[in-house]
Amino acid sequence: MTVHSFQEHFDSLIDREVTIEPKDWMPDDYRKTLIRQISQHAHSEIVGMLPEGNWITRAPSLRRKAVLLAKVQDEAGHGLYLYSAAETLGVTRDTLYDQLHTGKAKYSSIFNYPTLTWADMGAIGWLVDGAAIMNQVPLCRTSYGPYARAMVRVCKEESFHQRQGFEIMLTLSKGTDIQRKLAQDAFNRWWWPSLMMFGPPDAESPHTEQSVRWRIKRLTNDELRQKFVDVTVEQAKVLGLTVPDKDLKWNEERGHFDFGAINWEEFWNVVKGNGPCNKQRLETRKKAWEDGKWVRDAAMAHAEKRKARKAAAKAA
Amino acid sequence: MSNTNKSEWPLWEVFIRSKAGLDHKHAGSLHAADAQMAIENARDVYTRRMEGVSIWVVESSNIHASDPDEADSLYDPANDKIYRHPTFYNLPDEVKYM
Repeated sequence: MTVHSFQEHFDSLIDREVTIEPKDWMPDDYRKTLIRQISQHAHSEIVGMLPEGNWITRAPSLRRKAVLLAKVQDEAGHGLYLYSAAETLGVTRDTLYDQLHTGKAKYSSIFNYPTLTWADMGAIGWLVDGAAIMNQVPLCRTSYGPYARAMVRVCKEESFHQRQGFEIMLTLSKGTDIQRKLAQDAFNRWWWPSLMMFGPPDAESPHTEQSVRWRIKRLTNDELRQKFVDVTVEQAKVLGLTVPDKDLKWNEERGHFDFGAINWEEFWNVVKGNGPCNKQRLETRKKAWEDGKWVRDAAMAHAEKRKARKAAAKAA
Repeated sequence: MSNTNKSEWPLWEVFIRSKAGLDHKHAGSLHAADAQMAIENARDVYTRRMEGVSIWVVESSNIHASDPDEADSLYDPANDKIYRHPTFYNLPDEVKYM
């Protein structure tokens, strides 16, 4: 087959909703886009452990602590599913880590905000994981097989993350005045960054059109953001909390909530590395990787020694 | 791709039997220094919610796969043998349960 007919074959698979698998021919840009998106997603899971790790030792009860530990462990698992999906495209794990540690690759900017109070654990589970689920559910049908299968796994596990966060918010919102204030304060701080998680508006999202064509993305940033606002506003009512947006209004004609303007300047500023915690997150991550080097080396040396010993015993 | 690091632990493919009586099914892959560690890591990565009763790990470099570009010729011999399927045969209506 010529490159032209490879391309035609690929396009027809995409059009017929046939899944693309690692050994199938694919255009270079499709491969590059996937590596960028999947690794960015994996990095977000890994860096996403840090803001919550901050509260494991300070969880208010043993139950909350066990739950938070399980959630953070899931996030490590999700990062690993996604890294291995990216590796099927021919990139090595060390290259991916290197891109994260040198700042070449991005992760979700939401994790560059600090977790100031226990209520932030509630707000993150409810809003940040809620937004992540909204993003991830359509990705279970994404065109690249290993990515879609990883997302099915992730989505199955993720719904407890959102529920435990909502439960924390519910408990606080039914608690003392101070607890209610903590919940509202966390909501105020996490609401707008959560809306930013869906990425820039469609008109300014350079990759959206091609990604939708390739069925890597199934819904656009603005469509997902609107869905998130619509369901979350209703959940805030259950909590008795106020959405920190004076322009929020039900639009009968559209059948959706209208919401205020997002501060995209803040978004791009955080993406560029100037958020409140960018430096701290990356340094913590790099330190963990560097401090773990002797363990990785020792495990490899041990495995090689055992292999050599076994071979020698066989020869004797 | 570039930057292949010799210190990177080898890649393993993980297969999990979800319950007795079923086949092991591919679950994903992970890095580990040796088979023992691969099984332990597979337990933590792929069976956190009791998804398995048995784990197989195989170093990815030991997996040999067919080439999708040769799928047409590879599966060609089965293409024209519809008589291998029970639906190929006409049975009189009176014959039930065959």
